[in-house]
Amino acid sequence: MDPVLLARWQFGITTVYHFFFVPLTISLALLVAVMQTAHYRTGKDAYRRLTDFFGKLFLINFAMGVVTGIVQEFQFGMNWSEYSRMVGDIFGAPLALEALLAFFMESTFLGLWIFGRDRLPKAVHLASIWLAAIGTVLSSLFILVANSFMQHPVGFTFNEARGRAEMTDFWAVLTNPVALVTIPHTLMAAYMVGGAFVMGVAGWHLLRIARTSGARNRSELEGQQAEDASAYGWATKFGAWVMIASGALVIFSGDLQGKVMTDVQPMKMAAAEAIWETETPASFSIFTIGTLDGSREVFALKVPGVTSFLATGSFTGTVQGINPLRQEYDAKYTAMIRQKYGDEVANAMTYTPAVPVTYWTFRLMMGLGFAAIAVGAIVLVMLRRGNLPPLRAGWFWWLMMVAAPLLPLFANSFGWIFTEMGRQPWIVFGLMPTAAAESPGVPAAQVLTTMIGFTLLYGALAVVEVQLLLRAIRKGLEPSTPEHAVDTESDDAPLSFAY
Amino acid sequence: MDTTLPIVWFLLIAVLWTGYFVLEGFDFGVGMLLPILAKDERERRVMINTIGPVWDGNEVWLLTAGGATFAAFPEWYATMFSGLYLPLFLILIALILRGVAFEYRHQKHGMGWKRGWDNLITGSSFVASLVLGVAFANFVRGLPIDGARTIHQTAGSLFGLFTPFALLGGVLFVVLFLTHGAAFIALKTDGEIRARARRFASRTGAVAILAMLAFVLWMNLSFSGLARGVAGASPALSLWPAAALAVLGLVVLWLANSRGREGWAFVGGAVSILAMLVNIFAALFPNVMPSTLDPAWSLTAATAASSTYTLKIMTVAAVVITPFVLLYQAWTYWVFRKRLTVRDIPLEAPAPVAEPRHVAG
Repeated sequence: MDPVLLARWQFGITTVYHFFFVPLTISLALLVAVMQTAHYRTGKDAYRRLTDFFGKLFLINFAMGVVTGIVQEFQFGMNWSEYSRMVGDIFGAPLALEALLAFFMESTFLGLWIFGRDRLPKAVHLASIWLAAIGTVLSSLFILVANSFMQHPVGFTFNEARGRAEMTDFWAVLTNPVALVTIPHTLMAAYMVGGAFVMGVAGWHLLRIARTSGARNRSELEGQQAEDASAYGWATKFGAWVMIASGALVIFSGDLQGKVMTDVQPMKMAAAEAIWETETPASFSIFTIGTLDGSREVFALKVPGVTSFLATGSFTGTVQGINPLRQEYDAKYTAMIRQKYGDEVANAMTYTPAVPVTYWTFRLMMGLGFAAIAVGAIVLVMLRRGNLPPLRAGWFWWLMMVAAPLLPLFANSFGWIFTEMGRQPWIVFGLMPTAAAESPGVPAAQVLTTMIGFTLLYGALAVVEVQLLLRAIRKGLEPSTPEHAVDTESDDAPLSFAY
Repeated sequence: MDTTLPIVWFLLIAVLWTGYFVLEGFDFGVGMLLPILAKDERERRVMINTIGPVWDGNEVWLLTAGGATFAAFPEWYATMFSGLYLPLFLILIALILRGVAFEYRHQKHGMGWKRGWDNLITGSSFVASLVLGVAFANFVRGLPIDGARTIHQTAGSLFGLFTPFALLGGVLFVVLFLTHGAAFIALKTDGEIRARARRFASRTGAVAILAMLAFVLWMNLSFSGLARGVAGASPALSLWPAAALAVLGLVVLWLANSRGREGWAFVGGAVSILAMLVNIFAALFPNVMPSTLDPAWSLTAATAASSTYTLKIMTVAAVVITPFVLLYQAWTYWVFRKRLTVRDIPLEAPAPVAEPRHVAG
């Protein structure tokens, strides 16, 4: 068994899994903060009920994000000790800052938010959720700066005596052009997930209300049902708008990202499109049937010039192909790799990522993202003028609500798989091959053991988490109370929220 | 290379681990004490709620210690985490289960569900305490680091870690956190649990004092840099006062506990953990990971450190950010300073009679 391959699988499994929870944490923190702010400013009970409801869903999700994040922090040392030695001087700093600046903020203020409802003044309680939401954003900034260094190392020099890379310009590391375009892209993609989640959950309840009442419009409802429908209706549209707005920014930032990628990682761009020879202009294939490595196509649906536009901003621009790039990299890097990492690593260096993976994940990322935006638009049209989901098309609405959160969520996953697989076979582009990065002292059997251990544990926890989420979603909003009935003055009153 | 900054960061890492164990020490204790001190569901909830708002923030000290080690001492981070591969895996599994258990136990009614998570809280708190104790004892004792700064894990190396000294370390951490946790419960609750916690601390307190005494004596006499004649090792003056304070803190805990001075008892426990960590790191210095194969292969603070530039950046960041972190974390403890009793725990709403129907189309 190849320990590098096992360590890569372990990283892939634990990271993709971790990133199921991250986008929802980042986005729901903000959306719940917005809901609570709406209640704080208007005093409307509907906003309080929505805050409590989505706050609970947020916390169920947050717990998983936190615990799976611990593994991420330690995995570099456990499985990738040579990598940690080589770039720890640069890569470690944003990780440490993330813990110091972001993790403390998130965990402390979330603790205050959960347990401080009866103990804190309302404004301070509101500030807690905002600080937690800001913490999640800070966390993503630092981790994306760290990741961007792996895509496009900047602000460092190679210290021959120590045999490692050392930071020379922290500002350059922070303002890495890859980070500058990746940060908005990733954050907005996360907000798409949260928007879609709020839309899907609230829209599902709207359908339920339509079914139990038989009403076609919110104006036909009365009492508690009318109140519920108004709250869910607001949340559905709010979620849809958040998704569409952030979706637009995802497209815009993704376009910028394509240009930066063509600049600093042309091989990734070529692999995204499976362009083997340099093309001027390069067409974009929506769908291809061909040999598995993409080297020969049987059938392809192509739009001329689009890849040129994605990569260069011009419909007639040149996109470099995999084969000429491979020759170029061979001439440029092989001697360096041989000298630093030895013959075995140098001889095995292909300079080409797994093209079918990059080609398809790139398409899935974009396709699922566009589909999500389309769903959001359809929902807004169907709900205009206080309409409830039409019963005749109930199954269609139900399908949209269930699919909505999953579309951007998986688009996020595929985006990450694309960008990380597209970096291969480098762990740090142009500096260190992945094959030279794993821990030399750890036998493959142990990597396999822990991989199986994490996979089983994560699988079991996924079942529990999804079960709890669905339960809490089905339960819906708590009944409205005319006045928030908790006596905050008395020291002896039971806490309204406790474990 | 300037050696001041590596020493500063050695101290900062020591501070982070110290903060972690002083805070999470009582968290672990509360987790382990759950089946011992609580007699029913409401009492268990009282105990869990004493650490509810803070346990996650306390755990961040561990993440920060890990991240700071990565940034300031990449060699140390790489060697430690790959060298203690399986123990670290155990710790990670324990911390994952523990975190999820705190958050999920109250999500559903039903005693089976709750007791399951409670057992996980207790078991994972015990495993994490034990393995961390074994790991820290091994750090001081030394690990088989070779010339390539790598610890080669042969079959059975996991059990190779369980030497008598390491076992003492594991037992010490468990007993120490049990006692510190009991002192915390006595301070933070009222009624029956408070009385039980005090009785418990007076029993384990004595064991903890003996274990601590044995551990610091053995460590300082056999494994400290001074005892091994490492050049530049910390002097006896930095080892023995810390050792004395580690033992004394527990004596204070024990005596104050029996006199009903719960605040002092908790402070005694905190000081003891703090002093123990000071002693451990003083015994290590100037090594960060001594090699049992050849002293020349030991990792030292100077050789494992990052570049001066990185350390400078990190120092500025730490100086600016840390005061805020300490302030708001301390404020959290102030906000939740009140003692909890079963009266504070809301009665649970009866479970819904029937789940709302699924509206699948």
